Formats: sequence, structure tokens, C-alpha cells
Amino acid sequence: MRVSGQTMWQQHLAKLRLYQRQCALTSKAVRVHQLHSTSTGFTDRCYDDLYPGHIHTTPIQKALLAVGSGVAALQNPYRHDMVAVLGETTGHLALLNLRDRMRNDPEGYTVLTERPRIRLSTLDLSKMASLPDGSFGREYLRFLEDNHVTPDSRADVKFVDNEELAYIMQRYREVHDLLHTLLGMPTNMLGEVAVKWFEAAQTGLPMCALGAVLGPLRLNARRLQSLFTSLGPWALQNGRRSRCILSIFYERRWEQSVEDLRQELNIEPPPITLSATNKKSTKKYE
Amino acid sequence: MSASMRLLVRRAIRLSDTNIQISAAARAAARAAARSSSCRCFSDAAEDRSTHFGFETVPETEKAKRVYKVFENVAQRYDIMNDAMSLGIHRVWKDMLLHAMHPQPGVRLLDVAGGTGDISFRFLEYVRSQQERQKRRAARSMQTPSWQDISNNYSTEDEDGPLESRAVVCDINKEMLKVGKQKADSMGISTGLSWVVGDAEELPFDDDQFDIYTIAFGIRNVTHIDQALQEALRVLKPGGRFMCLEFSKVTNPVLARLYDAYSFQMIPVLGEVIAGDWKSYQYLVESIRKFPDQEEFTGMIEDAGFYCVQYRNLTGGVVALHSGFKL
Repeated sequence: MRVSGQTMWQQHLAKLRLYQRQCALTSKAVRVHQLHSTSTGFTDRCYDDLYPGHIHTTPIQKALLAVGSGVAALQNPYRHDMVAVLGETTGHLALLNLRDRMRNDPEGYTVLTERPRIRLSTLDLSKMASLPDGSFGREYLRFLEDNHVTPDSRADVKFVDNEELAYIMQRYREVHDLLHTLLGMPTNMLGEVAVKWFEAAQTGLPMCALGAVLGPLRLNARRLQSLFTSLGPWALQNGRRSRCILSIFYERRWEQSVEDLRQELNIEPPPITLSATNKKSTKKYE
Repeated sequence: MSASMRLLVRRAIRLSDTNIQISAAARAAARAAARSSSCRCFSDAAEDRSTHFGFETVPETEKAKRVYKVFENVAQRYDIMNDAMSLGIHRVWKDMLLHAMHPQPGVRLLDVAGGTGDISFRFLEYVRSQQERQKRRAARSMQTPSWQDISNNYSTEDEDGPLESRAVVCDINKEMLKVGKQKADSMGISTGLSWVVGDAEELPFDDDQFDIYTIAFGIRNVTHIDQALQEALRVLKPGGRFMCLEFSKVTNPVLARLYDAYSFQMIPVLGEVIAGDWKSYQYLVESIRKFPDQEEFTGMIEDAGFYCVQYRNLTGGVVALHSGFKL
């Protein structure tokens, strides 16, 4: 990022410092990993050095993976791991963009430094169940129960070669369910497509865009009509103007009411209410 | 030390293991010979020796477990992945193994690391067609039978009994055997085939049981290859044949570069896309690089005590077919 008034030499120095910091972090991670492995006497694969589950891939491999996973995901949309791999291999630029947006937002910056994870083990379900109706935590729990989903079913990130971007990708996946709650969309096909349109407008991830384009192909005429006339435009508009959804520290806002949160994020309530019983399949479309 | 001397020494060691009394001097000589020939039979259990798991180094005790996990994960998609990775050429390799084997009706085959049963199915098909060919030949030569011939034929009608060929599929991994059994059921093959769980380093069979021992694309996953070879020698009948199909070193440098690029770039990607498992297929291509080349493996087979050991390169050395006899 060019800041006027800075000399070229100062910019180079800043870049060098950033690179050094990255190297230090990476080498620290490698050293920690080595320490761990020698203590257990069992060396783990040399791939897991940026983050657990990380697999190094060359650009050729990434390209092949993108193509292969795209084809596999189109053939069988229920292969969530393929959709995930497609997202990881094609989303680099979008992830960089998201990271910049998160850094520029104070709450987003907190999320990036504290790295919260949403899973059943970190959620206090009994406390959330005791919250009043209309609060974010209660509605989220209701969403999980009605649609028979769990936050633990997200695949881990494997092919992103930057630790921070990998976290952002993971956060995006985990926030997906919360987005359903915020937008009031169930996990049937129409609801998923609406959420995908919102996400595509918000994040710019190619995988979301692909899902947004191909998802409607599986809808019947009535749903297509409701998508194109009311849900679709609503999702796109709100996706564009809303605050970055990844920048919100959701774990600290369970008590907040959904309406309040929507206002804060600049999201209008949905034009149509879709119910969870109105679903054709129970499988999630990530 | 010559191969026959080593064989004698190894037999002596085995006898001493089964608590048969031999002279102390012979025992000491056997132990000394064992140590000098770096036999791992007497290694200390507490000593943590390490071996390779792909390009990683792991303790020997871990390797078997990890290999088990790899094949447990890939079992369901094993055949599809084989077709995808080798573009169907693996079928040609296995057919060439059978042609080199040229089994006649009545032989007993032990297919170690047989897993999904590809070799055994081909074996049964081959002997069945051989049997039919023999019947046809016999029928052709008996176009105008005399009364004497006809009465002889009636008395020797149940010749099929002793000519029944049997294939035993042995694998350490239950998942692979399960997939193989399902395949057999769907193909309708039931007679002459049995499925046994067993470790190639310690086969659950008596001595001198089988006419042919095959191990196709399995021996590089064994922790102690020399032990597997010794077991092969033990369970084969005298005159029995050992045949091994395994990935090996490509001789042509241009082909080698292409092969390496394909192995390391394409195969893990295929593993991830088709089977959802990158790391297992990464292990598979790395284990190929760690396996000894054609000449070295020939030496290992000879050391175990086989004779007339030869090898043939298939597809320019991508796969090598080794063969030896127990005489």
C-alpha cells in the first residue's frame, strides 16, 4: 500500500520487516512443531508446519485441484469436501481482500488476533438455551435444532498457504450457520442459494459465486420466481452494503437481539419468511 | 557367504526358534552368522529402530500401523483410484503377470497383499480357460471314439476333483479383504477362493503348501522385506514359483522426469478429488521412491534363497516383474 510522502527506501524497509516477521513466525511454528514431534518420538508429516492440517501444494497442484474439485463438486454437490477445496484453491485474492477489511475494522482486528472458533465444545449450550427468545444465541440454537445441523461438520482448511488466511477461511465456514440465523434462511435449497448470493456479494469468493450461479439450476419454477423477484435482490443488496460479517465477534454477542444485530450490520430483515419444515433435503449445501 | 550357506544358517535359526535341540556350537555359529548377515530376528525389542514411511522416518513399530491406516482409508476407492492413477494400465500389468505365470489347472496360488483380489480373480479366470482349452483339445482328439475309449471315459469321469485350482487371498488389512469379498460376490465367484487375514512377515500357513506365491504392489509396504521373502520361501513347495509385481526405477531419464512429475503433482490431487485423501496417496508415491531398484531387489530375493531369479521391466521400468524358484 503506497502512502504518499514515504520514500521508496522506507517502503522497502517496511516490506523487509514484514517479511522478517513472517519468517520468524514460520520458523517459530516449525521449531515448536519439531519440539513437539521429538518429545512424542514420532515425527509428523513435514506438511503440517504452517497450521495443523496444512498440506503444501505447488501452483500446478493447486490448479489441478481447483479443476478437479470443481468437476467433482458439480457432479455431486453433496461432496462438501470438494466444495471446500474449490473454495480454498480459488479464493486467494478474495481472502486477501477480506483480511484487509477485517484489519481495518476494530472488532475484526480483535477477531484476527484472538482467533475464536465456533464448535460445540466452545459453545455454552445450556446458557444459550436460557437466553430470551429473539436473542441471537437463542435463535442460533433454534436454527441448529430445527435444521438438524451442527457447527462441527466443517472441513478443516488444507490448501491455503498462509496461516492467517487459513483462519479467515475457517472462520468464513463457521460463520455460515450464523449467517443463516441472521438472514433467517433455513437450510433447504432456496435458503442456501439465498445465503450463497449474500456471501458472493459480501466476500467475493469464486466458490460462492459459482454456487450462486449453479444453485438456482436445481430449484423448481416457483422457488426460482421467489428467488429472482424478492429473495435474490434482497440478498445481493444487503451483501453489498452490509458490514463485513467476518468482523463480528459473534461469541460475545449471544445476548444481543437479532434485530439489533441486523441493524448494526446494516441488513434488512428477509422479505419472505421461509420455514425449516419447507425443505426438500436435510443435507447442507456449504 | 554363499546363498545356500545363508539358507542353511537361516533354517538353523528357525529350528532353534522352535526349541529343537541343536548343538551349542552350531547355535553359536548360527547366531554369529545371523548378526553378520544383519538378520533382524535377534534384534533387541527395546531398541527403537527406525525405517522409512514414504519420505518420513518413523519407528519400525509405527510403520505397520500407519500402513494399515492408509489402506483402511483407501479400501473403498482402491480400484477406482488404480484405474484413475494408471489410466487403466494396471490391468495390463496384472494380465502380464498372469501370462508370465501361465498357471495350469490344479495349482494352488497364494496371493499375498491380495487385498481386493485382482490377481486371484484373474488366476481363476485363466485356469478356467486353460481347463476349457484342455477339454476342447481332448474332445477334438476323441472325434471317433471306439467302445473301449467310451468305457474308459466313463470310469475316469470325475477328473475335475484333483484338477481343482485354489487361490488364497491373504492380506493384513481387513477392509481390503472386505472389498475383495464384495467384488467376488458381485462377480459370482465363490469356488476355489478363500480369504485369509495374515501378515506377510509371518504367514499363517504351514511349510510347503503352495505352488505359486504372488505379491502384487504390496511388498513395498512391508516393514521387513527380507522376512516376507523368507516366509515366501517357506510356504512354497519345492519347485514353487515366487512372483512379485512392484513399482520400480524407470531407466529412461526423460520418462523418469515425466513419471516423477506425474506422480508427485497429479496423483495426490487425484487422491484428494476422488478419494478425499491426499496424504495416503502422497505416501504411496513416496514409498515407490524408497523401494530398492530392480537389481537390488533381485539380490534380496536371491539372498532369501530363491534360484533363477529374473526380472522384466514393464512400461519402461515403471513396474518390474520379479520371479524366482524354490528348488
